[in-house]
Amino acid sequence: MLKDLPSDYQFCHKHIFGIDQLSEQDITYILRTAQSFKEISNRPIKKVPTLRGKTIINLFFEPSTRTRMSFEIAAKRMSADTFNIAASTSSTTKGETLIDTAANLQAMKPDIIVVRHSSSGAPQLLAKHIDASVVNAGDGTHQHPSQGLLDMLTVVEHKGRIEGLKIAIIGDIAHSRVAMSDIIGFSRMGAMVSVAGPGTFMPPGLASLGARVCSSVEEALDGADVVMALRIQLERQNDSLIPSLREYARCYGINNERIKNAADDAIVMHPGPINRGVELNPEVADGPRSVILDQVTNGVAVRMALLYLVLGGAKVIDGQGEN
Amino acid sequence: MSNFTILKNGRVIDPLQGRDQVEDVWILNGNIVEPGSVESADCRVLDVDGCWVVPGLIDMHVHLREPGEEYKETIASGTMAAAAGGFTGVACMPNTNPVNDNATVTAFIREKAAQCNARVYPVGAISTGLKGEKLAEYGEMKKEGAVAVSDDGCPVVDSQLMRRALEYASSHGLLVISHAEELALSRGGCMNEGELSTRMGLRGIPAAAESIMVQREIELAELTGVHIHIAHVSTVAAVRLIRAAKERGVRVTAETAPHYFSLTEEAVTGYNTNAKMNPPLRSEADRRAIVEALADGTIDVIATDHAPHTVLEKEVEFNIAANGIAGLETSLSLSLALVREELLSPQRLVELMSCNPAAILGVGGGTLIVGKTADVTVIDPDRKYIFDAAKSFSKAANSPFDGWELQGLAVATFMGGAETYNVL
Ligand SMILES: [Zn+2]
Repeated sequence: MLKDLPSDYQFCHKHIFGIDQLSEQDITYILRTAQSFKEISNRPIKKVPTLRGKTIINLFFEPSTRTRMSFEIAAKRMSADTFNIAASTSSTTKGETLIDTAANLQAMKPDIIVVRHSSSGAPQLLAKHIDASVVNAGDGTHQHPSQGLLDMLTVVEHKGRIEGLKIAIIGDIAHSRVAMSDIIGFSRMGAMVSVAGPGTFMPPGLASLGARVCSSVEEALDGADVVMALRIQLERQNDSLIPSLREYARCYGINNERIKNAADDAIVMHPGPINRGVELNPEVADGPRSVILDQVTNGVAVRMALLYLVLGGAKVIDGQGEN
Repeated sequence: MSNFTILKNGRVIDPLQGRDQVEDVWILNGNIVEPGSVESADCRVLDVDGCWVVPGLIDMHVHLREPGEEYKETIASGTMAAAAGGFTGVACMPNTNPVNDNATVTAFIREKAAQCNARVYPVGAISTGLKGEKLAEYGEMKKEGAVAVSDDGCPVVDSQLMRRALEYASSHGLLVISHAEELALSRGGCMNEGELSTRMGLRGIPAAAESIMVQREIELAELTGVHIHIAHVSTVAAVRLIRAAKERGVRVTAETAPHYFSLTEEAVTGYNTNAKMNPPLRSEADRRAIVEALADGTIDVIATDHAPHTVLEKEVEFNIAANGIAGLETSLSLSLALVREELLSPQRLVELMSCNPAAILGVGGGTLIVGKTADVTVIDPDRKYIFDAAKSFSKAANSPFDGWELQGLAVATFMGGAETYNVL
């Protein structure tokens, strides 16, 4: 169960850069708002006028069909006008920078910029130079807050709570913005987060972020209520971080045998897209424990909530949309 | 302007002479003369009561950007910033465009500097083009005024080349300055490696990237018997290695920069590119070790690594932002903070900022002894001010100390008896 919020609670974040800026109450409020928006997605006419007249720009410096589409659907279900800009960091040379892009976008007077960028901190830089709210759709190896939130929503739906649960995150923690958002988010909500993977994938300071670093996948999975496998970037084997995908799959991949270490009713999650047979075996990815498609559905609801809340939520929007 | 100046009632601190007392300093025709030795009415008297009068400060590690990047800094603007920071001399690193790896560039720098507000000691490149492949022409550069060689910013990977550089430099009487960084470990990194780099999603640079190379340099100094100077020491590990090497008599000296004892990695929070430098700001334990090393003699010199950049290089994503900060105009104030906290004595501060860099570079100065050239800095240790980077003399404003309230600064600077700065 999500905790009740005090009556004087107010959500007051203009930008969403990462989970670390959100309190337990903020996360609870976002998840509750997302739950209420989820109902819209089940209507025959999946559209409400809540953000009518608002302009949302999806500014993607990295290709990502899934996240971009999820944000776009979220915005459209709330009747916002959306524009997709696929920019490339390689084409921006010195002197023609993110700041210039921001200045150009500012001229369009957007209300929200949803940004995906290969550099950690790029959303903060953008926010300094633009009036719009900025929502981070994944920056470098920093954070992917909407993914962390949709993961939490999925767990709440299946387990009824987050507090007290055992969450196992397996794989490339060091290069995963999803892992960062999940570790910080789940531990802030009172879950016990264990991580495992080869040492080359374990960044320093995980313990102070709230994660227990395990020496084996089996140890991390032991009694876990939630098992999260992270996507292995195929180029990692060229960085001398792992010798081969084959060995990774054998030593760290989640298969039917390993998953037996987890709780009987454990659910399996993955931020997608899956390398089937590497971090996740098909029998697990497509098996009864998998909630991966629920994650996708919840992504839209969580993003609707974020777009709604950064613009001021009910304070600002209610009453002007309905007529 | 009068060629006869009397600085009256200052606290004269001259560690080389063991002097620390309130007395007058007489400057005649560019030299320090015995008080009372001259009879002339045509003299300018400056009352410096409450101030310290010290030998001119020397910053042995600056980037003046000329030739090639005059939009960031010029020899003129950089030396004006130096004078305002209390410096009468600066050693400028060779990573200009073209690189100072030949006598023509060295001569160009020297000629430009002749009209400027601080002495400029050119540092030539260790290797041509800073490529780490073959030795530059040290003898030629020395003839045009180079005082040292360094591949600062492009550490010499090849240990054999570094050995040859030490041997060859010593036969030309040039100091070798090492930017100690093991590139394989630091590659792609943009801040200190640790919990904060993980939290910020930035590639870290481990302390070992510095200390591994510091150990190599110590070994090479030991092997060749040649003096090596380690630039911008930032870690406790490097401090320990240098301390142990000095104890067993290895000819090694070292410098650190004010940011390594004034800031920690926390300063990069919020992706503040004005706190991005190489080596990166480190942990609190490292910061403390640096302060200790300044006090106990392990580190010999405070040098700024003054690295001017514009918004073109700094108002960008953190991982692609340029390294370095402008430092000339805040160095003394930040160092004086250590004196106020009684972590350094005033005498030690003068050693670190004047006597030692003068001796290590072999450029003269570092004392107010009668008969010597009058390079003199007058310091008001108490005056408070808000540092406004936009109003600094440097062309650049890339300072993490912008807006800080600082206490203590240079109020007058004399180079060869000529006033280069005065806010008395
Ligand atoms: Zn350097």
